[in-house]
Amino acid sequence: MDEKNLNIIKDYKYGFSTDIENVKAPKGLSEDVIKFISNIKKEPKWLLDWRLKAYKRLKVLKEPDWQKPKYPKINYQDLYYYSAPKNFSEKPKKLEDLDPKLLETYKKLGIPLDEQKRLNGIAVDAVFDSVSVATTFKDTLTKHGIIFCSISEAVQKHPDLVKKYLGTVIPITDHYFATLNSAVFTDGSFVYVPEGVRCPMELSTYFRINASDTGQFERTLIIADKGSYVSYLEGCTAPMRDENQLHAANVELIALDDAEIKYSTVQNWYPGDKDGKGGIYNFVTKRGLCKGNNSKISWTQVETGSAITWKYPSCILKGDNSIGEFYSIAITNNHQKADTGTKMIHLGKNTKSKIISKGISAGLSDMTYRGLVDISPNAENSNNYTQCDSLLMGNKCGAHTIPYIKNKNSNSNIAHEATTSKISEDQLHYCQQRGLNPEEAVGLIVNGFCKEVLQQLPMEFAVEAQKLVGISLEGSVG
Amino acid sequence: MEDKIKIDFDKAFKNYSSDDELNFKKNNLEYFIKNGFPGRKLESWKFSDLNQIINKNIGELNFFTDIKKEISTNKNYITKNIDHNKIVFINGILEEVDFSFEDKDKIIISKEVDTSTKINSENSLLNLNNAFCKNFYKITISQNYSMKRPLIIYHVSTDNLSSTTLNSQLNFILEENSSLKVVDIYDDKSEKNFINTFYNFILKENAILKNYKIDKSQNSNIKYSYNNIDQSTNSISETFILSNGSKFLKNEINCNLKGQYSSAFINGVFSLDSDKHHEIRTSINHLVENTKSYQLIKSVLDDKSKSVYQGKIYVSPDAQKTDGYQLSKCILLDKNTEFNAKPELEIYADDVKCSHGSASGSLNENSIFYLRSRGLNYKQAKKLLISGFFLDVIEKITDEEIKNFIKKTMELNQ
Repeated sequence: MDEKNLNIIKDYKYGFSTDIENVKAPKGLSEDVIKFISNIKKEPKWLLDWRLKAYKRLKVLKEPDWQKPKYPKINYQDLYYYSAPKNFSEKPKKLEDLDPKLLETYKKLGIPLDEQKRLNGIAVDAVFDSVSVATTFKDTLTKHGIIFCSISEAVQKHPDLVKKYLGTVIPITDHYFATLNSAVFTDGSFVYVPEGVRCPMELSTYFRINASDTGQFERTLIIADKGSYVSYLEGCTAPMRDENQLHAANVELIALDDAEIKYSTVQNWYPGDKDGKGGIYNFVTKRGLCKGNNSKISWTQVETGSAITWKYPSCILKGDNSIGEFYSIAITNNHQKADTGTKMIHLGKNTKSKIISKGISAGLSDMTYRGLVDISPNAENSNNYTQCDSLLMGNKCGAHTIPYIKNKNSNSNIAHEATTSKISEDQLHYCQQRGLNPEEAVGLIVNGFCKEVLQQLPMEFAVEAQKLVGISLEGSVG
Repeated sequence: MEDKIKIDFDKAFKNYSSDDELNFKKNNLEYFIKNGFPGRKLESWKFSDLNQIINKNIGELNFFTDIKKEISTNKNYITKNIDHNKIVFINGILEEVDFSFEDKDKIIISKEVDTSTKINSENSLLNLNNAFCKNFYKITISQNYSMKRPLIIYHVSTDNLSSTTLNSQLNFILEENSSLKVVDIYDDKSEKNFINTFYNFILKENAILKNYKIDKSQNSNIKYSYNNIDQSTNSISETFILSNGSKFLKNEINCNLKGQYSSAFINGVFSLDSDKHHEIRTSINHLVENTKSYQLIKSVLDDKSKSVYQGKIYVSPDAQKTDGYQLSKCILLDKNTEFNAKPELEIYADDVKCSHGSASGSLNENSIFYLRSRGLNYKQAKKLLISGFFLDVIEKITDEEIKNFIKKTMELNQ
């Protein structure tokens, strides 16, 4: 690698691309492409019909335009909707069969697929462009009856479960990007935790966009049966490219009676360069349904990457006594833009929700928190607490808070507070007096600001995320 | 609607004197016809779909009705407790202007409209107002003059009026070091009309404006009121809204803080019952350094009523050292009530102190228990708690005389 490339990679260390032969669907979006995807995945007819129904719906839908970060119009006919490393019509049975280049890629990313050198107790499903390339720890999980595999595999092996739950939280008639995903989704993870099982390890998916001109459309479906517990993590990176790439994933969570799902995201897609060129458009739909009584869904997200982040991980609190939580840190620097937040929809009695959102904007970036708390007339004795704080660094960035609060039940309480400020001179002065340089001082204060959210992440990732927070803000001080 | 509105327009302005003004009106009419009444597709009308509300409660609207005047004899809408100057609108038409408590040459009233200003096409109701408002009056308070007595503006409608839109408009200019107190009192005998009021205030250096809007008389009219306030250096504006009597009422306050050290205060009270739907929407634009804004909105809802608060604080990149605060609270008494809030911050400057809070819920059972253990019955306890809740806002009113007047109107006795 020459020196120039090395310098770039210092800024975004996941910015390399892997030179690997690809199989791609023809460019553009059409019924044929959908049939091609469905065919290459050997999908049953009901799923193809489902995809085509979504495509039909997509044709009448309009792309939304109410969001704060505006972007140039995406040409949906100029994208590849399917890209996979060659010879991937069959997923390799063993890791040894995997293309060494792929293994190398994941090694570089710090995601060891080789179980010998595994991260302690984390099962990984690795998704490369449009397909899942490897899933680790299958044996241990199978012992507990937990299904953790790619969604394509689940369609083949557990069609009943997929058919029963796919699209029940995000229907194909949802908004534009969700419907687009329903029509062309390629791969993703599938998790089913059977009744009464507490998943013994963290499950994790690692998403990687490699090919250029490719949109990544993965679909994740997690089902926690009665009384079960699962903690799931996702991480994402992409190579540095000059053009913008679209990532429109759908994530559906379903928690039945007494079940709990903890979903954590560390999103570090390529954010574009210092002048705002390139980067990923991260338009993701994430929604959890607390279907059963006493169920709980908790979202934690650390959003540091992407040119534009536009997502609202939501909870539908349908079961009585169900709980929804949302913890978020969103950091934007340079020309990055983010419009993120959550929706808490209270339908059941005695439902509770909590929203903690921390936004940090630096450079020329723009950060928006947008959230909805909706307590329906039947949601007796429900409670919501929302806190969103924004931190501004420099006077060229923006921080916005747009909460929607709807209370239709007289026995329910909603409390919302939000503040916007900068790091105070006093705090900085105090830290510097104790021997920290300005950058370290800011790092320390920012980490304190984020602590409430970082604490929610599983241990291994908390350390990683903390470092990421520091890196994302590098060069924004002074 | 389109044909009807054109016919009504021609009827109303058959022999209009000024060509400039007529063109201005026609342009505005075109904009209104193009956009119509706002509906829920517009972000600012998301919680209150006016189009639907008008269809449901009024049906077809007239834009002009020629009613014989026979009402001037009956003047029992006039408040007797305060010595005051007055402006009286009867059925949307200005009938009486009386500044007898003031020095004659200090208040200048002129009849003019600045037709050169660009037509604001974002607010179709403003276009409607410009098109159908009979006369554009401009009231100027001279330099260094503080009004001795408050100005009460009566908005009266008579019982022979129905299914009509009433459009009235006033422009106020407060010259340097002047001050003005305006009280708006609505007295409605009519039913099922759409009443559209627009005020424009321009505050020069050190000017002080206090505006108290009192909507107390029970009626089934649909109302919209818009205040635009432009503030120069060191000026202060205070707005208080009592939202109570009408079937539907939306108060919109748009405040531009254009001069350093200017400040804006908005306080509001919703006290609603029986199917009423009221809204306050504020937008405070901090455009220069060292400006301040404060908003406090409280709401008590009973019996299927609904209140909405949409508050926005905008801080431009130049507006360092801004201090912005917003608090909205709501007590829901009945099962079928609804409170919607959208407290919004849009901030582009970093050295600012901006925050908002919003809370809604039921009456605090512990407080009720405490009061009952002191010998009050449930009804008394509830009343006392609600009075206390409201008084928090009422006490923010800086004018003692008007504060007491409002307390009396609201039957809040300490």
